[in-house]
Amino acid sequence: MYAAAVFLPLLAATIAGLFGRQIGDRGAQLVTCSAICVSALLSVIIFVEVALGGEARQIELFEWIRSGTFEASWALRFDTLSAVMLIVVTFVSAAVHIYSIGYMHHDPHVPRFMAYLSLFTFSMLMLVTADNLLQLFFGWEGVGLCSYLLIGFWFDRPSANAAAIKAFIVNRVGDFGFALGILSVYFIFDSIVFDTIFAAAPQHAGTVMSFLDLDLPALEIACFLLFIGAMGKSAQLGLHTWLPDAMEGPTPVSALIHAATMVTAGVFMVARLSPLFEYAPGTLGFVAFIGATTAFFAATVGLVQNDIKRVIAYSTCSQLGYMFFAAGVSAYPAAIFHLMTHAFFKALLFLGAGSVIHAMSDEQDMQKMGGIWRMIPVTYVLMWIGSLALAGIPIFAGYYSKDMILESAWGAHTGIGDYAFWMGIAAAVMTAFYSWRLIFMTFHGQPRASEIVMAHVHESPPVMIGPLVFLAIGAVFAGLVGYEAFVGDGMHRFWGDSILILPEHRAMEAAHHAPAWVKLLPLVMGVTGIALAWLFYMAAPGLPGRLAGSLKPLYLFLLNKWYFDELYDRIFVRPAFALGRGLWKGGDGAIIDGLGPDGLAATTRRIAVQTSRLQSGYVYHYAFAMLIGVVMLISWYLYRQGM
Amino acid sequence: MNPMPASEAMVFSPAVPEIFLACAAMALLMIGVFRRSDESRTLSTLSVATLAIAFVLVVIFGREPARAFEGLFIVDQFAVFMKALVLIGSASAIVLAVRFNANEGLDRFEYPVIVVLATLGMMMMISANDFIALYLGLELQSLSLYVLAAFRRDSVRSTEAGLKYFVLGALSSGLLLYGASLIYGFAGSTGFDALARVLAAGAPESTWIGVVFGLVFVSAGLAFKVSAVPFHMWTPDVYEGAPTPVTAFFAVAPKVAAVALFLRVLTGPFGPLVADWQQVIVVISVGSMLIGAFAAIVQTNIKRLMAYSSIGHVGYAFVGLAAGTEAGVRGVLIYMAIYLFMNLGTFACILCMRQNGRMVEDIEDLAGLSKTHPMVAAAMGTFMFSMAGIPPLAGFFGKVYVFLPAIEAGLVTLAVIGVLTSVVSCFYYLRIVKIMYFDEVVEPFDRPIGREVGAILWATGLVILLFIVYPAPILAPATTAAASLFGG
Repeated sequence: MYAAAVFLPLLAATIAGLFGRQIGDRGAQLVTCSAICVSALLSVIIFVEVALGGEARQIELFEWIRSGTFEASWALRFDTLSAVMLIVVTFVSAAVHIYSIGYMHHDPHVPRFMAYLSLFTFSMLMLVTADNLLQLFFGWEGVGLCSYLLIGFWFDRPSANAAAIKAFIVNRVGDFGFALGILSVYFIFDSIVFDTIFAAAPQHAGTVMSFLDLDLPALEIACFLLFIGAMGKSAQLGLHTWLPDAMEGPTPVSALIHAATMVTAGVFMVARLSPLFEYAPGTLGFVAFIGATTAFFAATVGLVQNDIKRVIAYSTCSQLGYMFFAAGVSAYPAAIFHLMTHAFFKALLFLGAGSVIHAMSDEQDMQKMGGIWRMIPVTYVLMWIGSLALAGIPIFAGYYSKDMILESAWGAHTGIGDYAFWMGIAAAVMTAFYSWRLIFMTFHGQPRASEIVMAHVHESPPVMIGPLVFLAIGAVFAGLVGYEAFVGDGMHRFWGDSILILPEHRAMEAAHHAPAWVKLLPLVMGVTGIALAWLFYMAAPGLPGRLAGSLKPLYLFLLNKWYFDELYDRIFVRPAFALGRGLWKGGDGAIIDGLGPDGLAATTRRIAVQTSRLQSGYVYHYAFAMLIGVVMLISWYLYRQGM
Repeated sequence: MNPMPASEAMVFSPAVPEIFLACAAMALLMIGVFRRSDESRTLSTLSVATLAIAFVLVVIFGREPARAFEGLFIVDQFAVFMKALVLIGSASAIVLAVRFNANEGLDRFEYPVIVVLATLGMMMMISANDFIALYLGLELQSLSLYVLAAFRRDSVRSTEAGLKYFVLGALSSGLLLYGASLIYGFAGSTGFDALARVLAAGAPESTWIGVVFGLVFVSAGLAFKVSAVPFHMWTPDVYEGAPTPVTAFFAVAPKVAAVALFLRVLTGPFGPLVADWQQVIVVISVGSMLIGAFAAIVQTNIKRLMAYSSIGHVGYAFVGLAAGTEAGVRGVLIYMAIYLFMNLGTFACILCMRQNGRMVEDIEDLAGLSKTHPMVAAAMGTFMFSMAGIPPLAGFFGKVYVFLPAIEAGLVTLAVIGVLTSVVSCFYYLRIVKIMYFDEVVEPFDRPIGREVGAILWATGLVILLFIVYPAPILAPATTAAASLFGG
């Protein structure tokens, strides 16, 4: 049963992928959807047994690599952490699978799409149930591959291909760090199996490793490198540039991969490796710093974007920042809690946006929307729910998890914790603002779309609305239901051994005793943001334009996403192109080809012509050559004798 | 070597295959003369049968090493192996010629008979244990070959080829005889056994030089027969001028016989002088590999190309000989066996090159062969890849078995040159494949290709393809043959 939950999606992906032609669109949808639904049901049972029943277990499938002291098996690790992730992944994935039936029904490549989705789900499940770092890496790369395939799903669009390649390459940078991290873990612990390294971590807290004659704290280095991998996968500041572009993929993909599951793999990894990170306080500080900065940065960019999916994408980036700074102050349960609630409401927002796009005949620019809330009321209500959850309004899921994170940051009582707290508060205002900016621009005001488009606006079919409703239920209740177990008093019993928090890291405890203003501030900020959005886009619609005009540099700075893409283009892409072109034209073309293949070939031909010219056809030439040959052989022989 | 027992003095039985072949050749000649018909199919069939019987006799009477005619004639595993190759080559040459000769107006009964006589000469060469016997066999073979080269009497090119071959062949015979007389003068014997005894015992410096000079001359004479550089210049002209089945015959049987002579002379009587002749062989080998690789590139005529290819192959075979070890000789034997099959197959393909009843010989004429004659093109491709030495085909292993002993004997430079030249030679082999598979058909070849040619194609192609799976039929006898040359 445990293995089936993981491998059913693989089976479905294989069937849909290889036999898509035979079973047709319907067959592929049926196979993949039923597999993922069964997998989701099994996950519930696993969750009940493992997380609620407290029976963590490992299932060894078979040996993979054994070489010297290096051992890696295919093994599934089920503890509370992976059980939670199983629930999140399979539920969201099931919702997205079903939603895709409706969303993609015009597409000519339905079986391929469903196969990719299922393959992604399998990879993600492998990732969360990994029992060693190599298997984690397998899942990590698997989801990366699927992400690449799905971003570039519409392969006839150049922009989709470019985005897919960008995602892949930027992730390469992170994965390189991750791979180095795994190597250093093996270097330190002589093992990559979780149980072994976790047990040995305390002894190695002070271990140093020597690199370039520098004695560096080994665990810090390993954790830092691993976190580089997490930054790439979870689109943290510096390696975030691929995520907004990844919105080129079909919207269900954005919801599943680039909001709910894959991008949270970095957070999961940090939580999974909490027994290591706990002994690397320096790296934890770095994690918190990057997370807080990302939360703030992405929120500012989200304020001015006009593409509906990009707004949500930057929102995702920002929310991931929240999760990371929670992890950075050792509030891993809060991070995972937010991961879960976020998965529901962000998938809801994305799929809702997809429903809007569907209704607006594939229009994504919010400047060309407006005034459609009466025409698609269900979607409208669902978007409200998602936004309320995102903004952290009470009883909605985001309220519990986000507040917990902010309180933990405050409760850390460290410099970096305070920094994270204030960054988070600032981001909270902006989050609320851009969420309602999105709602107001999309649904209210005067219609800005053409009449033909407006005439076509229609509510999505039940097969799309159904999953949305399901996710909405999650977005409303997940926080309320999960609070006690995830971050409340039942926390230690719930998480068991799956997450380690050293006793001296007391952020979570302190969070529960935070003063009233700390608890209230996020809510106030959220409401302020909503009010501001109302002021800007409903009450005084001329205000944003004037503001943008008077603060033009700042506006452009935000609109261009802090010029990260331009900066990278200058610093990395163009020099790399120049270097590549130089090596190609100058190095390969002129030097290697010139001297090697081309030059050598020309020389060969010259020699060939000359040797065949020796062949005159005259017998006396030939006879002469023979006699000269004998003389030369004898001379050669005598010469050698002389030596 | 032990002094020969008196009982060996007048033993004939080891020479039974040769005696049979001599008698049969006479009989065939008589049949041909008195049948008053120019049709050669019957005689060809009879000749092939004769060669087949000779093959059986060779195997039967070659079980035990033996000498005959007072030590002039020797039979051992080495001789059996080489004779077997020669017989296969000769028989195939007759088979390949049947249809060709009929089409080209060359349907004369002398052809198979002369091939049989030439074969007799080669078998004598292989079994020669004395310079006199060696020369006898060599001349019988050469005279037959001169005639064959000029077999198409009404063609200027063919007669020119025959004449050139004859003049230069006479020169080479002169060199050989001169060398043999020098050796006789300095060492006091023409018999290989006696020479081996004398040279093994060591000799004063003056004698040594004389013997080595003689050896260089003998090598020059033999090198002419295997068309090794710098005695190769007749090869392209003769190969191009002679009728194609004759070229096929030239490219295989006489080469095998002459290489056998080389091996026996150098490792037998002159075995003690290995350090001396090694240098000469290395030079010949390098020269042959270079000329074979480079000069072939600009050829447009496929038969000329094959001539240079065969020069190159002799160079590779000599890499093994230069090592001077048992493993090296074994390598040469394997190489020659594989070379024989590759070449027979290739010439079978060349014999398919016929447009509107007329033979064509330009490489460009092969264009698009894969579309008109897929099987022939596939076979030709196989042979070309094999000749270029690309695994998993037999040609690759042939090269491995000669290069490895050379490296073990410290001749690393030689092996490296061998590898580099075979890279160069890849160009023209693969160009043929490219022309067959990627160029557009200009004019298709005639159909059908003929049963005999088809059979040879299949047989040789299978040998080349299956060597990797089941190499024992070549490896095992080659190993014992090489051992017999060194052990006995």
